Amino acid sequence: MLSSRVNIIIRNTIILSQVIINFCRSFSLQRVGVPPISGGKPSEEEGRRMDDDGVISVCGGSLEDFPATLQRELMPKHVAVIMDGNRRWAQQRGVPSSAGHKAGAESLRQLVELCSRWRIKVLTVFAFSFENWIRPKVEVEFMMQFLERLMKSELESFKRDNIRLSVIGDSSKLPKSLLEMIHEAEESTKQNSKLHLILAISYGGKYDIAQACKSIARQAKEGAIELEDITESLIEQELETKCTKYPCPDLLIRTSGELRVSNFLLWQLAYTEFYFEQKLWPDFGKDEFVEALTSFQQRQRRYGGLNT
Amino acid sequence: METQIGCGANQLFKRVGTFLRKCLFRVLSVGEIPNHIAFILDGNRRYARKHNLAVEAGYRAGFVSLLSILKYCSEMGVKHVTIFAFSVDNFKRRPHEVQCVMDLMLEKMEVLLKEENVVKQYGVRICFIGSLKLLSEPIRIAAEKVTKATAKNTRTVIFICMAYSSGNEITHAVQHSCIDKLENHSQARKHAKTHDDVNECVEEHEKEGTTMVKLEDVEKHMCMRVAPDPDIIIRTSGENRLSNFLLWQTDSCVLYAPAALWPEIGLWHLVWAVINFQRYHSYLEKKRKQLILPQEQFFTPTISSDCCKQTLKR
Repeated sequence: MLSSRVNIIIRNTIILSQVIINFCRSFSLQRVGVPPISGGKPSEEEGRRMDDDGVISVCGGSLEDFPATLQRELMPKHVAVIMDGNRRWAQQRGVPSSAGHKAGAESLRQLVELCSRWRIKVLTVFAFSFENWIRPKVEVEFMMQFLERLMKSELESFKRDNIRLSVIGDSSKLPKSLLEMIHEAEESTKQNSKLHLILAISYGGKYDIAQACKSIARQAKEGAIELEDITESLIEQELETKCTKYPCPDLLIRTSGELRVSNFLLWQLAYTEFYFEQKLWPDFGKDEFVEALTSFQQRQRRYGGLNT
Repeated sequence: METQIGCGANQLFKRVGTFLRKCLFRVLSVGEIPNHIAFILDGNRRYARKHNLAVEAGYRAGFVSLLSILKYCSEMGVKHVTIFAFSVDNFKRRPHEVQCVMDLMLEKMEVLLKEENVVKQYGVRICFIGSLKLLSEPIRIAAEKVTKATAKNTRTVIFICMAYSSGNEITHAVQHSCIDKLENHSQARKHAKTHDDVNECVEEHEKEGTTMVKLEDVEKHMCMRVAPDPDIIIRTSGENRLSNFLLWQTDSCVLYAPAALWPEIGLWHLVWAVINFQRYHSYLEKKRKQLILPQEQFFTPTISSDCCKQTLKR
């Protein structure tokens, strides 16, 4: 009895020390003074405008040059992001989780701008996972409406900035109005070529592989392909990322310190470099992105073979 | 005399070390011990370069580390351990390096077969996963013998991934899912008598899902279906990527990438990984239960090369 109590105390001490170490790593003063999103004033000198719903859109404003610490020739072609931490960010500030998602949207806008300026060809973001459907109904409904409003508010800037928008995921559960918005956004931006922004909504890596398999089975049934033709290359062509020339991310960033991929782009991540950021997604800005890119540029990518 | 004292002191330190280790594992066992840990053994060649050794010496040092880690896992109560020993993509390396690894694997498998009783004493069952037909015949035969010799052991199961890649594994599963569904479809057509019946029969089968591919169909043809999904993947040498290893199985497992090279990995890296796992375990377990799909029964593999027998075009 006594020894098991001692064991519990020792174990909890080890866990507590690990939490303290992680907290010290993630503690940042940069966003402590940020005013709450709801009821905030427009910040026109930064070129941002806030509408009545608290959704911020960028309309011009100056952007900084390419960082001197990065090398242009080593920039990743495809960056994927798991935008984790919106709700925790809101909890820490004692505001509703909707405020966290709005702050997260702002981080996403900044990242889209940076990727566009720094010639990254594809940016894939995990907006809503297949597993997120089990969240409370109120939160799920908010997310669906929020995604729809976000697409609506950003569509004009995508058209203006030559950004193509695609959405991947299981669309069967999405509300009709969101599906219509997605269709409109995809159609009106499909000729754009500067940056391809892919939103993964109701997406799961296993679902993606299974739907590719379904499509291949149908083609085999119809006699369009033989079973011997089923290769890795064919499967890759049937995955939802077939909408882009660069389906496999070079770099995956996950925020909030979580060390897992959570069923995101499983096949496509075979040789992707992972970067785990301690900060929460709304706190992820230019500096953090530069750090991630710097880390990426220092990696030795061997693809199982010799050093490149 | 001095040698005897030295040996005696060594024995004492070993016993004290073992005792302290067991105490540490008892402390850890207050929380959940991972059921399955997977390892990517990265850094053997860099270790050899760092110490001005030949590549073979790096791999041999890596093997010593492997034995220690397997011992710690077994003492801790980890039921399944998977090792990424050799990837399909590793065949792109220099022929001399590939031959080093192959020779070392064959040598160690032959030692295992000679020391079968020791392996039995530790209760270790060994299975080989991968496209084994890409390996030379002596290695394939040795692998089959080792699998057979350890089949009855039950304490710890070690999966050794050789000539393995997730791309191959998933492609194999997709192929076989398609084969199953095509067979079901042609069965549906055979049972029909008239033209109208064919369509009705096929529609009925599609409603039941026997002719349409589902996630479970792909899952059941995976080579690694014989083990539960890993709880932790540990990749040494600080590289943060999966390198085409267990992509399907690691959707929600904890990833840990210590900077130490594989021959330098120690007990504390393993302990740290387990503590990290325990911090997230209850949250991940709750999510898993909410999402649980019908689970396939795990079965005892006989010869693991069966699952990746088919030649796969790349």
